[in-house]
Amino acid sequence: MNINATIIGQIIAFAVFVAFCMKYVWPPIMQALEERKKKIADGLAAAERGRHEQELAEKRAQQVIHEAKEQASEIVSQAQKRGNEIVDESKSNARVEGERILNSAKAEIDQEANRARDELKAQVGGIALAGASKILGREIDEKAHTDLLDELVSRI
Amino acid sequence: MASEITTSEYIKHHLQNLTFGQKQTEIEPGVWAPTGEWGFAMSSGEAANMGFWSINVDTMFMSILLGALMMWFFRSVAKKVSAGIPTATQNFAEMIIDFIDDTVRGSFSGGKNNLVAPLALTIFVWVFLMNLMDLIPVDVIPQIVMQSAGAIFGVDPHHVYFKIVPTTDPNATLGMAIFVFMLMLYYSFKIKGTGGFIGELTLQPFGKWALPINTVLETVTLLSKPFSLGLRLFGNMYAGEMVFILIATMYGAGLVMGSFAGLLQIGWAIFHILIITLQAFIFMVLTTVYLDMAHQEHH
Repeated sequence: MNINATIIGQIIAFAVFVAFCMKYVWPPIMQALEERKKKIADGLAAAERGRHEQELAEKRAQQVIHEAKEQASEIVSQAQKRGNEIVDESKSNARVEGERILNSAKAEIDQEANRARDELKAQVGGIALAGASKILGREIDEKAHTDLLDELVSRI
Repeated sequence: MASEITTSEYIKHHLQNLTFGQKQTEIEPGVWAPTGEWGFAMSSGEAANMGFWSINVDTMFMSILLGALMMWFFRSVAKKVSAGIPTATQNFAEMIIDFIDDTVRGSFSGGKNNLVAPLALTIFVWVFLMNLMDLIPVDVIPQIVMQSAGAIFGVDPHHVYFKIVPTTDPNATLGMAIFVFMLMLYYSFKIKGTGGFIGELTLQPFGKWALPINTVLETVTLLSKPFSLGLRLFGNMYAGEMVFILIATMYGAGLVMGSFAGLLQIGWAIFHILIITLQAFIFMVLTTVYLDMAHQEHH
């Protein structure tokens, strides 16, 4: 336990170890630590950015969905309107057409009736003529007249 | 080994370094004269009279061995270091380095300095490893050295000394403290300039009219730093070692005392884990603080 040259040896050994540590140990390890720190910070920043972007994308998606919904409801309402219009149009068309058909049918009926009447008139004339010729051909016979007349009437 | 040794001889033997220097012979009790040969001291009296130009081989060997071990470990990590996922070894080294870096950043504010942090790392780990030798049971390594020296070189094992804890040798702790002191002086001169540093030593704390008092006070303050630094570590470790040795003397005193000594040794060793770590930490923090003070310019 005496002070001797060991003290000098220790100073030298200590200095050598410190120099070695300073040159070959501390810088590479510290650099790796700094690098990793930076990597982690970058990663965290990227994650933060990603989250932010996702939020934005979500917002945008919601906006798009909202717009789409609006458009869809607009389209549906337009379609309904158009459908109603078509229905209305068809209804009026049908009514017009029906009326036209009805009118033409009526006209045809009238025509037919007129024709039939004309025919009838002609036949009645013929029958009357025939009846008259028959009456004239025979003697007037009350009973026969009645029959004839009845026949005539029934033909009309 | 000598068959009968007293407790006091046992303790003395454990407290003696393996010293190499100029051989001495005891001409008459208390008076020693050099023989002109160089060799290992065969007694504590001879070692004490070898003068300054002798060397404690065990202290040097153990401290350099442990320092080299430490440097090898950290260098092997530094070579394979990657910023990616660290291996377990790298993780361990990084944990220590991160801890040192945090501590140094906390107590050193002298701007950019590439020396302080590696210095702190070296101090902490090296001192810790040297202190750790204290936890090896006191007789294991010395006995191995003594017996093998006896077998190989044919010397009386009783005269072979080996202290495995370098920090229980004041040469080791004061050597480190002196190196720290040299760094303190270097940075004081570099940062404050010669005038600034001398001014700090002479014009404080009472102003220029009390220059002699200031000089005495400041010089004592300055010199007390390395002394307290080195002696604090030495004192703690020496005392701890002493307690281990005293406990070890009880092993020869029967089964009951021996078992009791075993318990005591375990207890003291567990407590000592705290001390060795704490002393390494204190040495490191004080060094950082002293260097920080050397960097401070206050005028």
